[in-house]
Amino acid sequence: MAWEYAPAPESASIAALKPAYRPFIDGEFVDGGGEPLKTLNPATEEVLAEVGTADAADVDRAVAAARRAYEQVWGPMPGAERAKYLFRIARVVAERARELAVLETLDNGKPIRESRDVDIPTASAHLFHHAGWADKLGYAGLGPDPRPLGVVGAVIPWNFPLLMAAWKIGPALACGNTVVLKPAETTPLTALVLAEIAAEAGLPPGVLNVLPGAGDVGAAVVGHDGLDKVAFTGSTEVGKQIQRRLAGTGCRLTLELGGKAANIVYDDAPLDQAVDGVVDGIFFNQGHVCCAGSRLLVQESIEQEFMELLRARIETLRVGDPLDKNTDVGAINSRPQLDRIVDLAAAGDAEGAQRWTSSCPLPERGLFFPPTVFTGVEQTMRVAREEIFGPVLSVLTFRTPHEAVAKANNTPYGLSAGIWTEKGSKALWTAQRVRAGVVWSNTFNRFDPTAPFGGYRESGFGREGGRIGLEAYLDA
Amino acid sequence: MTTTVTAGRAAGDRDGAFADAVRDDASLRRFLHGLPGVDHVGVERRAAMLATRSIKKESKLQALDMAISMIDLTTLEGADTPGKVRSLAAQARRPDPDHPDVPPVAAVCVYPDLAGVAAEALKGSGVAVAAVATAFPSGRSSRAVKLADTRLAVESGATEIDMVLDRGAFLTGRYGAVYDEIVAVKQVCGGAHLKVILETGELGGYDAVRRASWLALLAGADVIKTSTGKVSPAATPPVVQVMLQAVRDWYRATGERRGVKAAGGIRTAKDAIRHLVAVNEVAGPEWLTPQLFRFGASSLLGDLLRQRRTQIDGHYTDRDHIGGA
Repeated sequence: MAWEYAPAPESASIAALKPAYRPFIDGEFVDGGGEPLKTLNPATEEVLAEVGTADAADVDRAVAAARRAYEQVWGPMPGAERAKYLFRIARVVAERARELAVLETLDNGKPIRESRDVDIPTASAHLFHHAGWADKLGYAGLGPDPRPLGVVGAVIPWNFPLLMAAWKIGPALACGNTVVLKPAETTPLTALVLAEIAAEAGLPPGVLNVLPGAGDVGAAVVGHDGLDKVAFTGSTEVGKQIQRRLAGTGCRLTLELGGKAANIVYDDAPLDQAVDGVVDGIFFNQGHVCCAGSRLLVQESIEQEFMELLRARIETLRVGDPLDKNTDVGAINSRPQLDRIVDLAAAGDAEGAQRWTSSCPLPERGLFFPPTVFTGVEQTMRVAREEIFGPVLSVLTFRTPHEAVAKANNTPYGLSAGIWTEKGSKALWTAQRVRAGVVWSNTFNRFDPTAPFGGYRESGFGREGGRIGLEAYLDA
Repeated sequence: MTTTVTAGRAAGDRDGAFADAVRDDASLRRFLHGLPGVDHVGVERRAAMLATRSIKKESKLQALDMAISMIDLTTLEGADTPGKVRSLAAQARRPDPDHPDVPPVAAVCVYPDLAGVAAEALKGSGVAVAAVATAFPSGRSSRAVKLADTRLAVESGATEIDMVLDRGAFLTGRYGAVYDEIVAVKQVCGGAHLKVILETGELGGYDAVRRASWLALLAGADVIKTSTGKVSPAATPPVVQVMLQAVRDWYRATGERRGVKAAGGIRTAKDAIRHLVAVNEVAGPEWLTPQLFRFGASSLLGDLLRQRRTQIDGHYTDRDHIGGA
C-alpha cells in the first residue's frame, strides 16, 4: 500500500537568522574592511544574510589581538582555568543545538537530520573532549610540560562549517593557543554564532577571532607573518599552495585535504549493513565529505546481488527540502560545486561508465543532484581518480584481497577506507595494507573526538582528535 | 558465495524453492550457516535512523488506520474466559463505535480452547480467528501433543495458527527437527495460515534471528513472528528489520511474498508507526497490508484510537471515553 510521508519541515525561524553578520575581532563584532558578501540558502538560492568580510588590515588586527591575548592572558592561564571557558562554550553549543542545526541547514543545504544528529552534537562533543584535556596536557605522552605554539590561523571548508570550526578551536584553545579562524565563503554563519557564544562565555578578547571572506581572506590569514601555526581543511590544490608559502618559515602546518576513499566489500560481508554503509559513505552530506567512500570496490562473486540491493536501498533515499525532517539528501552547497559534479558525471558517461540515477524526484528550484551510481568504472577513468565531492558513487570490482588493496591504493589520496567482512583476520590484513589515515571496519563515516582523523599523501598530514591530535597544537 | 539467493525451480512452491537446501540435515545446516551475517552495530544504527522519521498529518492518519487494520488483538492469560474473548471480539469488529470509519482489526488471537468462542463471536465479521498452539509459549512438549494442540485450534475454527519455534532444538543445531516440526504443523493447519514465532529474545543474536527466519520460511511459514509476548526483549526494531530483510530476500528469490508479525512490547502508536516506517523502507510498500504485516498486541489498539481521535478532533481523548475490552 502506498504511503507518502507528509512534509515535516523544521521551522526556519528557530535559526534566529539576522539580516547582517559581522567579523569578530578582539572580542567584538566589527565592520570589516572587505566588500560584504551575501550568503545563500542553496535549497532556494535566496539570500539568507549579508556578511561583512575582512580585508588585509582586519587580518593584521586580528592576528595582533590574538598575539596579545596569547602572550598576556591565554598562554599563561592555568589549564584548569582555560577548561572552564571551553566547557562553558561546549555546553552552550549543546544548549543551542536546535538553533545551530537549523542555521547550518539553511546556510549549507545539508538535511536537518544530519545537522541535528551529527554536525552539532559532534561539534559540542569535540569541544567537551578538548576542554577535558586542558589541565591534563602533561599526561598526554608528549612530555611533562608541553607548551602552546602561539597564534593559530585556521581556514575551514563549507561541508561541515561548525564541526570543522570546533575541530580547530577545541584543541587549539585547550592547548593554550589563540585562533584566527576563516570560515568558508558560502557558509560563514554558524562560526559567527560560535563567536557570539564564546563572547557570552566571557572568553577573553582576542583568544578567538572569526574573519569571514572569500579565498583572498584565507590567503591573507595563512600567509600572515604573525602566525605560529596554520591548520587548513580544504582542497588539495589550496593545501599545496599553503605548504609552498609556509616552507622554510618555521610556521607549523597541518593539512586535511581531499580524498577518494575506497569502500571494500568482501563476499563474506554483512551484506545488508554493507549496503547501508556504502550508502552512508557516499550520500551522507550529499557526498560533500573529504573522507566519502566514493569508490565502491565490490568482490566480483557478489557484485550482481550487491548492486541489486544497493540500488533498491538508494531508491529509498529522500532527496529534497533540507529542512524536512525526513530528507536524506539535501542541496548541493553552491552553483560552482553543482557545475563541477555535473561536469565530472558527464566525464563518466564520456569515458564509458554506465550511469544509474535514483528515480527520486528533485525539487523544482534550488541546487540539487540526484544520487548517482557509475558501474563499469575502471581505474583510469576520471570518476575513479578525481574527487567529485558530490552524491556520485563509482563502482569497481575485484577478485582477490590483493587486487582490492592494489586498487584501493591506486590513488594519490590517502584519507579513509572502509572494509566490509565478517572475518576479523581479513579485516586486519586489509587494514594493514590500505594506505589511508582512517580505516573503518564494518562501518563508515563515524566521527568521535577520541579518535584521531587525518590522512597522508595528497590527503594531507597531521591528526585531529584524540590524544595524538593535541600534538598538532603543542610544542612537544 | 554459497548464500547468494537464486530463484527456485517453482516460484511459490515451498517444496520447489530451495529444495537443495532442505534435502537433508547437513544441507540445511550449510545453507543456514552460509547466510550473510548481520552486523549488530549497523542494523541498530539503521533502526535508530528509521526511528527519526517524522510522520505527521495525513500520513499519520493513514498510518494509524493501517496499524489498526494490522492488529491481532490478543489475550493470552490463564485467566481468560469466554466473556473476555467476546468482549475482545466486539472491540475487534468495531474498534471505535463513535467513529464507524475505523477499520476492524485483522484478527483476535486466543488460546486454542477459546478459539471456538472467538469464531462464534466473529462470525461474518471478516476478522480472523488466530490461536496460539504447539505448547505455547515454551514449545516444551512432544510432537504429538503439539499437533493435537494445533488440531484442536483448527477444528474449533481458528483460521490462523501461531506456533512456537522449538528453541531448544534450534539452539542445539537440530535444524532438521525444527524444520520437520513446522512442516508437520503446517500439514495439520490445512487451509489455516501458519505464523511461526521465533521468540527472538531467546535466540541470542541477529545472526540467529536471520537463520531462524529462513528456517521457518523454508518449512512453509506464511508469517514469521518475533515473539510470544511472554519474553523480553520482544519485537525490537532491529530484530523486526532483520526479519523484514528475510521476507524481502525470500521474495527476491521466489517471487512470493511472506509476512512478518511484530509481537510483544508494542504499546504505543509511536512504536507502531516506527515499525510501519521500517516495513515501508526495508521490505517495501507492498508489505503495508494486513496480509503481510501484523502487530500482536493487547494495549496498542487503545493508544491508536486515542491518537486517531487526536488527529481528527485536535485534542486528546481520555482513555475512558473510548470503550476498551
